[in-house]
Amino acid sequence: MNRRVLLLALSGLVLAPLASCSGGDSGKSGGSAQLLNVSYDPTRELYRDVNDAFARKWQAEKGQKVSFRMSHGGSGKQSRAVIDGLEADVVTLGLGYDIDVIAEKTKRLPANWQARLPSNSAPYTSTIVFLVRKGNPKNIRDWADLVRPGVQVITPNPKTSGGARWNFLAAWGYGRKAGGSDAAAQRYVTQLFANVPVLDSGARGATTTFAERGIGDVLLAWENEAFLAQNELGAGKFEIVAPSLSILAEPPVAVVDENAKKHGTSEVAEAYLRFLYTPEGQEIIAKHFYRPRDAQVAAKHAGRFPQIELLTIDKDFGGWGAAQTRFFSDGGVFDSISGGKSRSGGAR
Amino acid sequence: MSRRSPLQESKAVKWLLIGVAFLYIALILLLPLGTVFYEALRGGVATWMEAVTESNARSAITLTLLVAAIAVPLNVAFGLAAAWAITKHDFRFKPLLLTLIDLPFSVSPVVSGLIYVLLFGAQGWFGSTLQDRGIEIIFAVPGIVLATIFVTFPFVARELIPLMTEQGKSDEEAALSLGASGWQTFWHVTLPNIRWGLLYGVLLANARAMGEFGAVSVVSGHIRGETNTMPLHIEVLYNEYNFAAAFAVASLLAVLALVTLVLKSILEWRHRGAIAARGH
Repeated sequence: MNRRVLLLALSGLVLAPLASCSGGDSGKSGGSAQLLNVSYDPTRELYRDVNDAFARKWQAEKGQKVSFRMSHGGSGKQSRAVIDGLEADVVTLGLGYDIDVIAEKTKRLPANWQARLPSNSAPYTSTIVFLVRKGNPKNIRDWADLVRPGVQVITPNPKTSGGARWNFLAAWGYGRKAGGSDAAAQRYVTQLFANVPVLDSGARGATTTFAERGIGDVLLAWENEAFLAQNELGAGKFEIVAPSLSILAEPPVAVVDENAKKHGTSEVAEAYLRFLYTPEGQEIIAKHFYRPRDAQVAAKHAGRFPQIELLTIDKDFGGWGAAQTRFFSDGGVFDSISGGKSRSGGAR
Repeated sequence: MSRRSPLQESKAVKWLLIGVAFLYIALILLLPLGTVFYEALRGGVATWMEAVTESNARSAITLTLLVAAIAVPLNVAFGLAAAWAITKHDFRFKPLLLTLIDLPFSVSPVVSGLIYVLLFGAQGWFGSTLQDRGIEIIFAVPGIVLATIFVTFPFVARELIPLMTEQGKSDEEAALSLGASGWQTFWHVTLPNIRWGLLYGVLLANARAMGEFGAVSVVSGHIRGETNTMPLHIEVLYNEYNFAAAFAVASLLAVLALVTLVLKSILEWRHRGAIAARGH
């Protein structure tokens, strides 16, 4: 009898979950398409709206139902996942290099992917700003204030996060301008990273560290992420500080041709990305605090974005390929200034 | 002067120690657990229900239960076989086998996940072979199951080995000498002897299988509504500033773990006589 009780308990444990498992929908039934969008960290809210709007439009125009599967994480990490076999139909990442690597390693999209869509395949731009606590208690006005002793700076890890690489390059640009040389820039970023207590792997993790866990005095953040934190986490808890100099971030999008072909989604994937450039798409983009490309939409929302002198990756850093090799590859500048001690903050 | 025996503490010391133990448990275990439930239910029961029945949450719950339902029985079968082999038989590489069983305990879960990416990822050893045949392992359910099996691998075996070592082989030898077959011996002699240890191992393995984060995170691909288990879904919600929903799902995960614990306690209580007699 005891054995029976035991067996009953065991089989209950095992079978109960099985019984509750439904068949799971395949999602490719007639007249519907499914897209896997592998994106970077802060775009969760943006693509939720974009997906809804595009699905409505596509249904109206083509009579086909389209649903979306979303995956978010640090841009570099997401790129790595696609290389390792995550079958994204489209990638919407934090910077061009992360898509270059996918093209190079998997050959699933051509090397010239960035020329296929308007504006360098970046339907919107953004930049890097500072988020500080209410009242700006440490009086942080510009990059120079970040290296003062006692100021804690929160930024994610440039090895895994796209936003963090933009942060790093903006900081480098400031250091070079202020000190007049690359040596001065290196001194500046070394001091800056000495003030960083924790490196999260993605931008959203860094925001949570700063805003929820209350660590640090200033967050180096995507402009959209800073606005979002300010709005979502209680108005009046944080303030945005626009530095004197920052960088023009162009987060690009691309269809991963081979994956889309395999899933039979090439047409809808292409239309999905083109939708981002339409006035409707651009309005959604502006609503989520990304800077629209469309001149009219941009003019309409110009008031909300601070005017900042912006460096560009191509003019000031010789493009992503060169910047990645010099600053972020193994043995690059970032490794030398962080002294190999990686202070990671969780598996995000 | 009355001398106490060395085994007796004064009353004050006894109660102090008990008090410290309870205080510690309250601070380290009950307070955080209470916070989870408090935060989960702060928005009301309706909010809680909405969070755990929303479609991504439902799929995360289903996936978590499915993964546990595959990983736990497999590890029960393996754990029984391994413990049987190690404690009832003598062979040359016993210490090596013991060490190997412990491997998942000593390896970081993140590494456990990466192993499978290196093996089955598109750039991995078997990646192109699998891709040619359209078999998905990484960033799909099979990868999550594999990673979970890896991290829960030792629980059952580790629970049984000391118990079976202590019990020795004499019962089995007696059964065999009386003419029982190997299978009969296992079914009528060994299994009744070890059932409480086995149950305990199953509960531990199950709790870990449902709660595993690191290894699963590496192989999941984080596709919402598809490859997010409950722990991963909780992280997603938390990162989206959706704290009420994050805590709601977290409380459900905690309840699942608590249910298995309560189940174990009930069984132990109902069969306390048998347990005392068997000595575990």
